[in-house]
Amino acid sequence: MTCDGGLLSPADVDLHAEAVAAYVHIPFCSAVCPYCDFAVVAGADEQIGRYIDGVLAEIEMSPRWRQLDSVYFGGGTPSHVDPAHLRRILDTLASHHGLADGSEISVEANPEDFGPDRASELIAAGFNRVSFGAQSFDGAVLARLGRRHRARDIEASLASARTAGFENVSMDLIFGTPVESDESWVATLRKAVALEPDHVSCYALTVEPGTPLHREVKAGAAAPDPDTQADRYETAEQVLGEAGLGRYEVSNWSRPGHESRYNLTVWAQGEYEAYGNGAHRFVDGVRSHNVRRLDAYLGRIERGERPISGSEPVRGWDGEVDRLFVGLRRSAGVGPGPGVDALLGSRGGDLLRHAGVIDVREGRLVVTRPLLTDEVHRQVLDLRPPQGWVDAPERDNL
Amino acid sequence: MTNQARIRNFSIIAHIDHGKSTLADRLLEMTGAVDARDMREQVLDTMDLERERGITIKAQTVRLTHRDEGGEEYVLNLIDTPGHVDFSYEVSRSLAACEGALLLVDAAQGVQAQTLANAYLAVEAGLEVIPVINKIDLIAADPDRVATEITNVIGGSAEDVARISAKTGEGVEGLLQRVVGLIPPPSGDPEAPLRALVFDSYYDAYRGVVCYVRVVDGRLRSGFKLKFMATGETHDAAEVGVLTPAAKPVNVLEAGAVGYLITGVKEIDRIKVGDTLTDAGSPALEALAGYAEPKPMVFSGLFPTDGDDFERLREALEKLRLNDGSLMWEPETSRALGFGFRVGFLGLLHMEIVRERLEREYDLDLVATAPSVAYRVTMPDGTIREIKSPQDLPDPGSRGDISEPYVRAMILTPSDYVGPIMELVTAKRGEMGNMSYLSPERVELDYRIPLSEIVFDFFDLLKSRTKGYASLDYEADEYRTADLVKVDILLNGQPVDAFSAIVHRDKATDYGTKMTGRLRGLIPRQMFDVPIQAAIGGRIISRETVKAKRKDVIAKCYGGDVTRKKKLLTKQKEGKKRMKMVGSVEVPQEAFVAALRVDDDM
Repeated sequence: MTCDGGLLSPADVDLHAEAVAAYVHIPFCSAVCPYCDFAVVAGADEQIGRYIDGVLAEIEMSPRWRQLDSVYFGGGTPSHVDPAHLRRILDTLASHHGLADGSEISVEANPEDFGPDRASELIAAGFNRVSFGAQSFDGAVLARLGRRHRARDIEASLASARTAGFENVSMDLIFGTPVESDESWVATLRKAVALEPDHVSCYALTVEPGTPLHREVKAGAAAPDPDTQADRYETAEQVLGEAGLGRYEVSNWSRPGHESRYNLTVWAQGEYEAYGNGAHRFVDGVRSHNVRRLDAYLGRIERGERPISGSEPVRGWDGEVDRLFVGLRRSAGVGPGPGVDALLGSRGGDLLRHAGVIDVREGRLVVTRPLLTDEVHRQVLDLRPPQGWVDAPERDNL
Repeated sequence: MTNQARIRNFSIIAHIDHGKSTLADRLLEMTGAVDARDMREQVLDTMDLERERGITIKAQTVRLTHRDEGGEEYVLNLIDTPGHVDFSYEVSRSLAACEGALLLVDAAQGVQAQTLANAYLAVEAGLEVIPVINKIDLIAADPDRVATEITNVIGGSAEDVARISAKTGEGVEGLLQRVVGLIPPPSGDPEAPLRALVFDSYYDAYRGVVCYVRVVDGRLRSGFKLKFMATGETHDAAEVGVLTPAAKPVNVLEAGAVGYLITGVKEIDRIKVGDTLTDAGSPALEALAGYAEPKPMVFSGLFPTDGDDFERLREALEKLRLNDGSLMWEPETSRALGFGFRVGFLGLLHMEIVRERLEREYDLDLVATAPSVAYRVTMPDGTIREIKSPQDLPDPGSRGDISEPYVRAMILTPSDYVGPIMELVTAKRGEMGNMSYLSPERVELDYRIPLSEIVFDFFDLLKSRTKGYASLDYEADEYRTADLVKVDILLNGQPVDAFSAIVHRDKATDYGTKMTGRLRGLIPRQMFDVPIQAAIGGRIISRETVKAKRKDVIAKCYGGDVTRKKKLLTKQKEGKKRMKMVGSVEVPQEAFVAALRVDDDM
């Protein structure tokens, strides 16, 4: 089986369904980037201590679970807070659920506030993977994105991480910002691979409703052009591939064996707990999420309530649809199942196949034109169970 | 009953906004039909009623009583006429009920094409035409110039033209004297067998069909068994009466009288405007002249956006038909648009009104195909087939000549625009006829133009080339053979029936290029390249391509996004479901609407 680089065997990717993971949200940032629509706050650092206490309380409130195979600290900017805080959370997770031997413990970091000391403190706290919000090596692009670091901060951050002992280093890049050129994107990619990251995520700049960027575009600022972004994506595919980084998901590349285990668990429909404001979890066949506003989150926690604000059961047929939804973003696609049969048997599935968007390779359904994955997803979400299908309890968690 | 010598039957011919309703109100007031005190209310009522009853209901027919200076009492029947070209048959029937007409012209705007067309109808019908200039109180009024225009059209001298202000009442009393003095009284034979003309009808929810009638010969008595000579149906005269303007039953309507008749018939299409009533017991030998079936001239496919609304569309059409006997339709199936109806209209305005009423009053969302005309195709066996939809046109191999309807178009324009109009008409395959000056500044142009060109965009082009000053009227003329071809539009190799058109060979490339270009901008990018082609038979005459979309993917989808992304994509999917599938191409409903709109660059 070749799956764009042949990094992961299908058995590997699906094994992650058995693992359990945890996500911890750290919403604090020094400033909010104009394109960001995550649950973040800037200028609220005085709340950090109270928030960490809240997260600890939430962990204690959650049912005890199996040992975690991976933990992911996302944000916001986890590296913006004192690593001692993060360590308290990690320790509580370890005592409450347990951490498996060799578990992947990831933290997101921004080059602007990452130096040798912070790197060492994070290693000491127990982190073994760091993911940098590098975004670009082009100063004009960084400025347009409202980023507060420079290209050389990225180099310095990676060096600090390596020196401190991080053996698993990732970098996020954003392409298709209107001030970017083909040349500057190639340069960014070349500079990125020159730093020898183990993992790279490349995201097309997306204008999310409600963001300052959205308002600017509505007021006439240049919007990212999808065709340009498609070109840039193809460039990334080529440059990263030449550097030995294989794509294993729509937006993610890695050296063999350095795929994000946390994300592989999510995409394999494995279960994950989540803590912090706006955090999403998938436990016992139910996707649920916490309240998004920081004050509301803290209020709920401090009243001794779990801060869940919504849930979606994904059992039975919905679970099968969900398996395709999360799994098809992977280069390895998904294994056989009634959802795959339903898709291949539908008119929409037929069209997708004829247009070369999906294919069946070695018994697995794969998306062969990853840039059109949403076309597949819309079709998947519209699938109806075959005649006679019953959402029997024993079919849960397909 | 009133002696015929004391009756005057007349109508008012006017362009829209030239003051017909105001004059009618003033006449009602001055003859005491309506109290001056009640006037405002009365006017409003009338307007409401008109709005309610819609397009086929001519405003009111009303019986006025006028006392002249000598104290002699006259009955004046004012018969209203619809102002628009689409309803010229109805106008002609209303005029046939009269002996005279007031030609009402705005003192500032002057003669307009539609007024003129109706004035010619009146002259041809042998009516006494009394020219009247209205709105002489306006600052912009130029009654001398307008008087010249009028006399250039219908003859006579400027002194014969009445000058009034219906608004202030100035000159209206004098106008009444002219009506009595100039319009001849009816001259039917009161002792002959009954002959009465049905000149209008409308549907009343309680009474059924109400006919407006003009008794020509004999007497129309309540309780009579009546024969409708064109349809052959017999019905009892359940009630006859006059309109004062309130309906007032009477026992008998004598020769020369105008009034209403209720028979209890519920279906409006069983009573034909223009039919002749006679006494079933002792029928007249000959019907009154001039009866014709209403003939649709323009056809368009109407399809509900939501296929489930097909039955609702049928019901809505049936309801509209209660009041509009000229509305005709047959079911039509389009591969692209599903089930709908091919509907025939009297003209473009009629089409617009019907479509608007269907959408507004019946809350239907419709796609209308480009208007078409009725072509006549000679088949190999020599028979003639009428083709109302491009879909039905046989292949060139299995048909002979095609001929198309022409119209006689009358254009009134300020003389400055004669050049641009001639250019336009030539481009539209028109043939120049007479040109006559109504005044040094205003010209009447007479053309013969294919109706298909008129229904396409002619009116809009005419307006834009003359800054809105030219007015147009047309009437059906002969059929002429022409080199017509069917242009098909193919999406990804599949013909889309809704976009097919029958056009002149010289214009085919033009149509094809514009349609494919327009569709290229309207059809969203798909997962593959979509060729859009225009073809005559198998020959491609123009081609565009909607390039395949390259990127349609959410950049990030992690644990935190799954539910949100699902919602977003499900919403997008719902949006896509409203698209029509043409083969494997998704076409948004708006693309059909926008592509078929004829009023911009076509």
